[in-house]
Amino acid sequence: MSPEDLEQIAEDQRAAQGQFTHQVNVCVAAGCMSCQSQSVKEAIDKEIVRRGWEKKCQSKGTGCVGLCSEGPLVSTGPGTLYQHVTANDAGEILDALDGQPGSRLICRTDVPFFQRQKKIVLENSGIVDPEHIEDYIGSAGYGALIRVLTDMTPSEVIQEVVKSGLRGRGGAGYPTGLKWSTVSKAVGVQKYVICNADEGDPGAFMDRSVLESDPHRVLEGMLIAAYAVGASEGFIYVRAEYPLAIKRLRTAIRQAERMGLMGTSICGTRFSFRVDLRLGAGAFVCGEETALIASVEGKRGTPRPRPPYPAQEGLFGAPTLINNVETFANIPPIVRNGGDWYAQIGTEKSKGTKVFALAGRIMNTGLVEVPMGITLREIVFDIGGGIPDSRQFKAVQTGGPSGGCLPAEYLDMPVDYESLAKAGSIMGSGGMIVMDETSCMVDVAKYFMDFCMTESCGKCIPCRVGTYHMNGLLEKITNRTAGQQDIAMLEELCDLLKHTSLCGLGQSAPNPVVSTLRYFADEYKAHVEEKRCPAGVCGSHAAEQAS
Amino acid sequence: MSPASTIKTLKIDGRDFSARQDESILDVAWQNKIFIPTLCNLRGLSEVGACRLCLVEVKGTNRLLPACVTRVEEGMEVTTTSERLDRYRRNILELLFTERNHICSVCVSNGHCELQTLAQRLQITHVHYPYRYPKAQVDGSHERFVIDHNRCILCTRCVRVCDEIEGAHTWDVMGRGIDAKVITDLNQPWGSSETCTGCGKCVHVCPTGALFEKGRSVAEMEKRRMFLPYLTLMREENE
Repeated sequence: MSPEDLEQIAEDQRAAQGQFTHQVNVCVAAGCMSCQSQSVKEAIDKEIVRRGWEKKCQSKGTGCVGLCSEGPLVSTGPGTLYQHVTANDAGEILDALDGQPGSRLICRTDVPFFQRQKKIVLENSGIVDPEHIEDYIGSAGYGALIRVLTDMTPSEVIQEVVKSGLRGRGGAGYPTGLKWSTVSKAVGVQKYVICNADEGDPGAFMDRSVLESDPHRVLEGMLIAAYAVGASEGFIYVRAEYPLAIKRLRTAIRQAERMGLMGTSICGTRFSFRVDLRLGAGAFVCGEETALIASVEGKRGTPRPRPPYPAQEGLFGAPTLINNVETFANIPPIVRNGGDWYAQIGTEKSKGTKVFALAGRIMNTGLVEVPMGITLREIVFDIGGGIPDSRQFKAVQTGGPSGGCLPAEYLDMPVDYESLAKAGSIMGSGGMIVMDETSCMVDVAKYFMDFCMTESCGKCIPCRVGTYHMNGLLEKITNRTAGQQDIAMLEELCDLLKHTSLCGLGQSAPNPVVSTLRYFADEYKAHVEEKRCPAGVCGSHAAEQAS
Repeated sequence: MSPASTIKTLKIDGRDFSARQDESILDVAWQNKIFIPTLCNLRGLSEVGACRLCLVEVKGTNRLLPACVTRVEEGMEVTTTSERLDRYRRNILELLFTERNHICSVCVSNGHCELQTLAQRLQITHVHYPYRYPKAQVDGSHERFVIDHNRCILCTRCVRVCDEIEGAHTWDVMGRGIDAKVITDLNQPWGSSETCTGCGKCVHVCPTGALFEKGRSVAEMEKRRMFLPYLTLMREENE
């Protein structure tokens, strides 16, 4: 495959698309798929055949459009989006192709939800067919890889990534360029590239959506990374709970191999790279890089102390680059448009965009991509549409079980790595759960502590036993049988776990508790001193049972 | 241990020491009779950094570092005891005591138990966390040995000695978090294990009375570990 070949495929693809006067895109990512978008697509296909429009109108299954709560979503062109479509609506949608779009199902796209987003990672989501490599190539796909292989040295690629200021999207925000250059400088005949797709935060589905909507983008990012660091083998560690993402990844890998974009001597160069999938068996801790490596090696997925970092001693003892799905998905556009272009977006220390999964008490549940530095208020109220049922905003939880709950005072804080950390939360992988006055913050803290307790691997004592006791104490508080000394013990355990746990899971497990103790102390006080739950969540039966 | 390995100098508790670059802070502390508590670490076995008791303060970093896996560095300044470290260590030990049923007065290892000795040394007089009192099992199916899960602290020394020294890998860990436990083979009774060679190394590396020889009564189980440094040394020489 030469640059000319690739351009030829892209042109053929565009010409093939151009034959059709109309294009009907049906979202077939997990969100819409679960409300029968597959049958909508079949109905539209059937209707096209029935009308004999095969030459005029093409229907296509595409990835996530973002507004998951309004699915199934069907798009018939820029600015024309239909929501809550059922199989019976196929005729109506096709009727509207030539005339004015039908109003009953129309979903407005001139609203902040669509207008205020900036799509880089999700630029192809909802537009290309995730199961056809030609479609990805047609929208400039694999162009960055070809460019890297023909025009750039590995160190030039790394320079470009350094210049972009991209930071790891898995949560900790480690500078990606620095990680790449560490791995590239590490000595080793064999090196590995691993894509961490073990997304496990409750309420987070960014990585799943990217894999389902645009799997080739992640593969291209991995290929570029492998070229930059000198790796010849890679793994995608994806959780088994994502069957659709796994299926599409497998298809994508097969297609890329068939096209000669993956495998041995890629595009006639000396660069070879192959990728294999490894399925996680449902352990949250396997998202931690050392535990993930152990799991890929076929061992029990438990973390080990760092250093040595995977960049020096990773998979099978070889230097290993581990990045998150979203990090890899950012690479092709960075190479295509240059690091400087990417560095223009975002804040001084947090560059680019971030994908967030909006969940909880918010109007527009779904996936959004926004530039770094946007305020929480813009995300929750403008893009997210605010709180339903005219209720009051209470808190937003970011970063999953390792993150914290931020109250209304922080709504005007810019969203970037440093600001979130300063406020006691973390960027995390991008889950954002919005809560209104009907949520009890102690109950929320207990939910996350229960999660951490169940997901603790049991290797180190503070996390194994500490999370158990913290969960017990929170249980006692929500039962309203706790005293002042229990709060003191809770605080002591928070401090112990943070400073003595072996891995990130244990060290950050207290965050939901610490942040709620800091911002919602009055709720804890009400449970402990007045024996009541202000939000009315912690039911009276619980207290009766305990007494 | 390559002959070319360089020597580093460092300070531990204000005193100057020298060490090979492949040595850990804990190695240097041991050689110089500086006490750093540990439970999962045992010389001759690989380090796992799991018990978190050997955490020390190192100048220049806010994080506490496990002495067992942290290699020495030139100019390092290590503090092994402080009010904060002692408090954390006591808290961690207390957590262990609440986790399972550690009743010294009826234990075969009473008086020879590393957990007990450490608790005494760190002056733990009582435990302020609530006890769990879990229902744990005792497997006496093996001809010569018993595992009492009530006394297990999950240090995984048995797992490592069986895998790394004996080469049988009979022991492993199953379950997660608070439900984790050591198992033989695929959680079969020890007596029916097909891989166990009956060497007893696991029994003698066990820091508590969780693994013991049959026929021992209260306070009668003394562990003999001299085989471990010897075997390790012989292996290193043969390599």
